[in-house]
Amino acid sequence: MAETVTLERNAAPTPNADDAGFGVYVHWPFCLSKCPYCDFNSHVRHEKPDEGRFARAIAREIEHAASITGPREVVSIFFGGGTPSLMKPDTVGAVLEAISKHWTFAPGIEITLEANPTSVEAERFRGYRAAGVNRLSLGVQALDDAALKSLGRLHSADEALKAVAIASKNFNRVSFDLIYARSSQSPEEWRAELKRALAENIEHLSLYQLTIEDGTPFAALHRAGKLVVPEGDLARALWDVTQETCNAAGLPAYEVSNHARPGAECRHNLVYWRSGEYAGVGPGAHGRLHDGARRRATETEKHPEQWLRFVEENGHGLSVNEELGATERADEFLLMGLRLAEGIDRKKFIAISGRDFDAERLAILQREALVEATADGKLRVTASGFPLLDAIVADLASDF
Amino acid sequence: MSTPTSQIRNFAIIAHIDHGKSTLADRLIQLTGGLELREMKEQVLDSMDIERERGITIKAQTVRLYYKARDGKDYVLNLIDTPGHVDFAYEVNRSLAACEGSLLVVDASQGVEAQTLANVYQAINNNHEIVPILNKIDLPAAEPEKVKAQIEEVIGIDASNAIEISAKTGLNIPEVLEAIVTRLPAPKGDENATLKALLVDSWYDVYLGVVVLVRVVDGTLKKGQRIRMMGTKAAYDIEQVGIITPKKVAVEALGPGEIGFFTASIKEVADTRVGDTITDDRKPVDAPLPGFRPSQPVVFCGLFPVDAAQFEQLRGAVSKLRLNDASFTYEMETSAALGFGFRCGFLGLLHLEIVEERLAREFNLELIATAPSVIYEIDLTDNTTIEIHNPVDMPEVTRIKEIREPWIRAVIITPDEYLGSVLKLCQDRRGAQVELTYVGARAMVTYDLPLNEVVFDFYDRLKSVSRGYASFDYHITERHPADLVRLTILVNGEPVDALAMLVHRTRAEMRGRAMCEKLKELIPPHMFQVPIQAAIGGKIIARETVRALRKDVTAKCYGGDATRKRKLLDKQKEGKKRMRQYGKVDIPQEAFIAALKVDG
Repeated sequence: MAETVTLERNAAPTPNADDAGFGVYVHWPFCLSKCPYCDFNSHVRHEKPDEGRFARAIAREIEHAASITGPREVVSIFFGGGTPSLMKPDTVGAVLEAISKHWTFAPGIEITLEANPTSVEAERFRGYRAAGVNRLSLGVQALDDAALKSLGRLHSADEALKAVAIASKNFNRVSFDLIYARSSQSPEEWRAELKRALAENIEHLSLYQLTIEDGTPFAALHRAGKLVVPEGDLARALWDVTQETCNAAGLPAYEVSNHARPGAECRHNLVYWRSGEYAGVGPGAHGRLHDGARRRATETEKHPEQWLRFVEENGHGLSVNEELGATERADEFLLMGLRLAEGIDRKKFIAISGRDFDAERLAILQREALVEATADGKLRVTASGFPLLDAIVADLASDF
Repeated sequence: MSTPTSQIRNFAIIAHIDHGKSTLADRLIQLTGGLELREMKEQVLDSMDIERERGITIKAQTVRLYYKARDGKDYVLNLIDTPGHVDFAYEVNRSLAACEGSLLVVDASQGVEAQTLANVYQAINNNHEIVPILNKIDLPAAEPEKVKAQIEEVIGIDASNAIEISAKTGLNIPEVLEAIVTRLPAPKGDENATLKALLVDSWYDVYLGVVVLVRVVDGTLKKGQRIRMMGTKAAYDIEQVGIITPKKVAVEALGPGEIGFFTASIKEVADTRVGDTITDDRKPVDAPLPGFRPSQPVVFCGLFPVDAAQFEQLRGAVSKLRLNDASFTYEMETSAALGFGFRCGFLGLLHLEIVEERLAREFNLELIATAPSVIYEIDLTDNTTIEIHNPVDMPEVTRIKEIREPWIRAVIITPDEYLGSVLKLCQDRRGAQVELTYVGARAMVTYDLPLNEVVFDFYDRLKSVSRGYASFDYHITERHPADLVRLTILVNGEPVDALAMLVHRTRAEMRGRAMCEKLKELIPPHMFQVPIQAAIGGKIIARETVRALRKDVTAKCYGGDATRKRKLLDKQKEGKKRMRQYGKVDIPQEAFIAALKVDG
């Protein structure tokens, strides 16, 4: 066992940005209950879905995507959701099998599965590893029982930490998510909670500020004034606490909300952020596929049973399959790339968009120390620029 | 065959907005059969959309009515509908000059208003016979005796034989027609004399080109005749002559006293001047008709497209508008803040609003208008005199000997309870009271005011302090020396040209402070703090700061869903397009508009 683990660990050097690589995203759209902040494509079913049938449909979509891309070397596979840890390990294995039939696995491929940190799911961790998963991402969300309850989570803080321990026993690569800037959370409370999380001594943390998304129960509460979330100075203070605490613990942010020990970055997310190529399969999955020099945006039908019908009838569940224009590609390149601490290659931006940045706007951003140019031709957002990233991107993306 | 002058009556209707001018006109047309009932659109005379909606007339219009009077004779009645607003006072005057009499329509429940007063005085100056008419007599609130007394007192004409009507129900409309024939004088004129006609108005018709509305004074105007315009000195061959019923009907000729139209391959309305004298090119009359003056814009502002890419569309639109509105002037202007646009001249504020609205509605343009300005006359130290109407053209203070600004004499009629607020408003706007009298329960105040205080939101304020009850009219008087300063607004340390304005020294500080406060509300937080300052010369008189953005970053991306983020970015980019980049600050267009509306 120990041998396998070492192999996984060592054979996964982070690819450099010029080679963003090819990844596969698999969406499992089911949850036991819907969390009030979540606007992802998740569905609650009274009866267990027919996993075999869904797995076969996912396999058909993989076949269809491969017919567009041709041969590829897969650097990462990511099971997201929904709650992929509701899948039986066999189902996961079947999907991985289908991927390996159409594309080859790169040496040291990263295979991540998102899991809920409940005791029931923890029992399946070993099975996932046996099926080929080598990285686990746990939706811990908070280490405070009252907060977990208000976030609609079904686990306690204690149960979550136990699940983290079980995960760490089974996987060398473990990450978990926390949501901060929650209602009435003070910077000091957050600092303490974050320190508790860092004490687990894992290689990767995703730390998201709570975002009120349209159409969620939280949005309704927020509109009615019954849910107050930190904004402005307080939101900034919470952000600053996050950076300080993680930097001190040796897990700096390599992306806006993602922190890792150097070398332990999530490969899959790097594919997205470096504008790499990725196939998205399963209901409501997004993909970016390269078809010659063209870059296509794909999106599949969101409703699980509807998607199933489409795939069984047509061999795929695509609801969107369109070529991106130069401006769209350039915008995505900026939006995604500037989220990374490493920044973007300016020459690449020019090649994609056919234009350079507005000199005046760029000069202002540089003068204000919000972005900086590196010696190797990259443009990156500074530590003081990151909390204002959306405004910076809007500036750089405006072509006037 | 032209009609003998003894059987012609030319008249105008003078009324305040909403007192029933158009309804009465409709009734007269209906009763004399000028239009089939099915052809009647409500208020046929106000044919432009904006005119109909606002209940005001911009262009003079005319209609010829055929009326068999009780004396058994057939009469030709020409109704001229005049522009009803103070901005068009000169055009009104020329329309009145084409008639011998006026119907003065007063709402029997409301009484005389300021605009009516101004127009009726113009009619008296044009030697009109005036028939007072009390409208809306059917309303329970009608007080005909009181209003008659008021007409006699304020206007000084006999109102004992005023006709009491209801244009809405049609009550006593035949009496009006009969009064036109019996109480108004017939035109005089010599059919055998050389042609002499008054150019009343003109407009552009897509099929006919420029159509000229004329009143023949002497002689006849015939098809094929070569005519000369004495003001512009241009000669044309008449192509078509006709009358308006209100359909255009071709006739062979127009004789003395008649009102009608002609076409003559005239390209632009700007080639015709309201009030000009038209005569025979081969044997012109010696002297033109009196009272002609070229129309001069008195209010100016810059118009810029919100979306800079619409500049060419704006250019096309202003030149098209000018085709039909010679009193509107424009020249290209470049602003550091707003890019390319036009500096436009108007007869007044209403004219400005109408043009803005037409550009928006008929040409689908979104515009930013800069602060309205008047024409200032400046004596320089080198003993030259210049005229400016754009604050950016203001010379250095050290080069200025004296600045003179135009003043107006305003008449305001208001219910007594609002008098205090009205007086305060006038006082705040540097007004000097000339007279205060009472007209029944209402006060009539006359004030001398600087025009630059009036173009700045005065009318809106007046309406607001009097809950819409005060009526207002003015005419421009003369220029007076003024202690004016240029108020500069600096955003992030840089002066914003489009926000500069010339204001009186005593008002500068208040205005500056109010503008800074307003801009602070309207400029969104940036990635750095943005100071906003108001300055006179080098001296800062007010300051506000827009705080810096503290946090603006999307925490999470859903899987590889770059599409959703991209759509959000598109919205942000769209928003940025609606802003003007100034230095490193993006100023939303709303800020330019709202900042000019602050009452400081």
